[in-house]
Amino acid sequence: MIVLEIQELAIGYKSARRPVHVVADDISVTLKTGELVCLLGPNGAGKSTLMRTLAGMQPPLSGQVHLMGKPLEDLNPNELARRLAIVLTERVEAGHLSAYELVALGRYPYTDWSGRLTETDESVVRWAIEMVGAKPLVQRLVSELSDGERQKVMVARALAQEPDLILLDEPTAFLDLPRRVEMMQTLRKLARETGRAVLLSSHDLDLALRSADKLWLLSSKGKLQVGAPEDLILSGAFEAVFQSEGVEFDRTTGTFRVHTHHAGQIILNGEGLRLVWTRRALEREGFQVVEDDSSLPCIEILETGWRLIQAGQPENFSSLYELIAALRKIDLLARV
Amino acid sequence: MIPTAPKKREATIMDTSLSRINLQTHEHTWPQTGMRGALLIILLAGLVAVFLLNIATGSVDIPLNNIVKILLGGEADKAIWETIVVKFRLPKAVTAMLAGAGLSVAGLQMQTLFRNPLADPFVLGISSGASLGVALVVMSAGTVGATLIAELGLLGNFTTAAAASLGALLVLVVVLFVARKVESSVTLLIVGLMFGYTTGAAVSLLMYFSITERIQAYINWTFGSFDGVTWEQMRVFAPLILLGMTLAYVQTKPLNALLLGEAYARSMGVNIQRTRLLIIMSTALLAGTITAFCGPIGFIGVAVPHLCRSLFSTSDHRTLIPATLMMGAGLALGADLIAQMPGSQVVLPLNAVMALLGAPIVTWVILRQRNLKMAFAR
Repeated sequence: MIVLEIQELAIGYKSARRPVHVVADDISVTLKTGELVCLLGPNGAGKSTLMRTLAGMQPPLSGQVHLMGKPLEDLNPNELARRLAIVLTERVEAGHLSAYELVALGRYPYTDWSGRLTETDESVVRWAIEMVGAKPLVQRLVSELSDGERQKVMVARALAQEPDLILLDEPTAFLDLPRRVEMMQTLRKLARETGRAVLLSSHDLDLALRSADKLWLLSSKGKLQVGAPEDLILSGAFEAVFQSEGVEFDRTTGTFRVHTHHAGQIILNGEGLRLVWTRRALEREGFQVVEDDSSLPCIEILETGWRLIQAGQPENFSSLYELIAALRKIDLLARV
Repeated sequence: MIPTAPKKREATIMDTSLSRINLQTHEHTWPQTGMRGALLIILLAGLVAVFLLNIATGSVDIPLNNIVKILLGGEADKAIWETIVVKFRLPKAVTAMLAGAGLSVAGLQMQTLFRNPLADPFVLGISSGASLGVALVVMSAGTVGATLIAELGLLGNFTTAAAASLGALLVLVVVLFVARKVESSVTLLIVGLMFGYTTGAAVSLLMYFSITERIQAYINWTFGSFDGVTWEQMRVFAPLILLGMTLAYVQTKPLNALLLGEAYARSMGVNIQRTRLLIIMSTALLAGTITAFCGPIGFIGVAVPHLCRSLFSTSDHRTLIPATLMMGAGLALGADLIAQMPGSQVVLPLNAVMALLGAPIVTWVILRQRNLKMAFAR
């Protein structure tokens, strides 16, 4: 089922005194139930503006956004809150509020004027908490939670709103790697099991490539490209959006590399895991690893170490650190 | 959509009986939400006690059983006691309760709206407006009138109240106008602060060009006092305060949502503009009216919300609003009791008494709670 339908949307800023500033335009895309979608794009491409526009916090310049078949601007605040929930990047400072009370606030659009929770409300709150695995946290004060725990609770709060769409603005920004992976897994599970659509903006390309069903790629020129992560890599779109000076995207591994071959070329012989990491070390140092060319220096991976053959002179090293240090000296000499 | 029953999972995941017991006990640890009834009742009992004590003490001691008799409409042992209680002590006690409760709730609303622990009922500049109104009346109404000063002393109450109301109202209108214009509440906070500086400067100028007696009269007003409100004036005072409190009470739910900040509140369906206007109106009504009738009463508005948050360990306004009402009323009654120096003819300045005795107590409570929590956390 289609949750969000965007037609020829233009986003940006309009004010009385300044000319209209278009951040991105001609955006036409849909979002279905059960999908986890990552919005990616370089800094300044307009990810936040798009998220704000979709959340109804900022009017679009032109075009249409339909949420569950209804135009966004026709929804009153309460109707909108029942269809759409948000999770923001910033830490929430909620003082003397327990994790449970915070999640319970998500029932806001459903409760009466006093905010009293009915049995249904309570059970939805509990379900949301269990869904994100935050049950051990319920008694704790929000101010005592770690960033990862807090973000989990915020997702539960969004879920307690029982929205059709959850928007998350860089939800993993302050988390360490294991917590990020965990958060993405939670969101994936949530999209799958509860049949909701989840859209998150992220700077974490690697994680997005691995866990999103679909990517929305916003280029700095303000165009949106959509597809499965792998499709976008194969078509070269991913590379095009993130290309910049001195950084190279490796389509084989799906990772970015600093690409400067200022140190010249080198030959590498060996196999296995040690080959992979030796290659990484050499690339980091600025070497381009090439196939056979006898005039170049050559590195052989031995049982217990590394051998560098330079101008017919072999030299052995017991660690990559020492090898690299020696290569640096040669490099300097060559430049002189 | 439909919550999955936790019991099913229990059966599938948990095999050992030990962990099943764990899960079952966990089942019962879902916290309770909503109002904390028991603590509020204790607070109410305390309030009634301070109320009776406040009425019983003063320059003349009246036995408690007589107080109760008079309050229930019976005959006191001495006729004069009845006059003292009904004409002087009762209106003063009611004023203290209303003022204390009103300022506390106003402070709570400001601290939540601005998400700032230092906010008090006067951050919007309402009391500055009132001060300016009073200063204008007291210090600039002609230079000749020794009679005028005498007048101010006797029937001055109503004049000052009217002047203060006018000043407060004027500031309120400007603040409301600004509130409709600006997006961010922080801007509003700064505008309020600027009002404070401007009116403060105007008052300074007035004082500079005024004569000592008038300056003294103005300073006396700034000390704050609960005994200026007669039953006559109570007909204006009480309804305004009750209206302000009602406005605050119906904002309980949006106030809770605002704990997460305006962006989240909006996303949960709060109409931020309307909520902000209602909160400002409630606060202005409370702070303006109280300043007009009792002078600028500080301390309570900023301290009581913290005290209640600490004691009840919650930020939930469903508990905090009734709690601050009672705590504020009780504290005001207590401070008034001490300021009257029972058994003597001396009356100390109310503001001084309140801060002098209150600040250490509040500090102690907040620090103690913080330590407790840290000890329990890990």
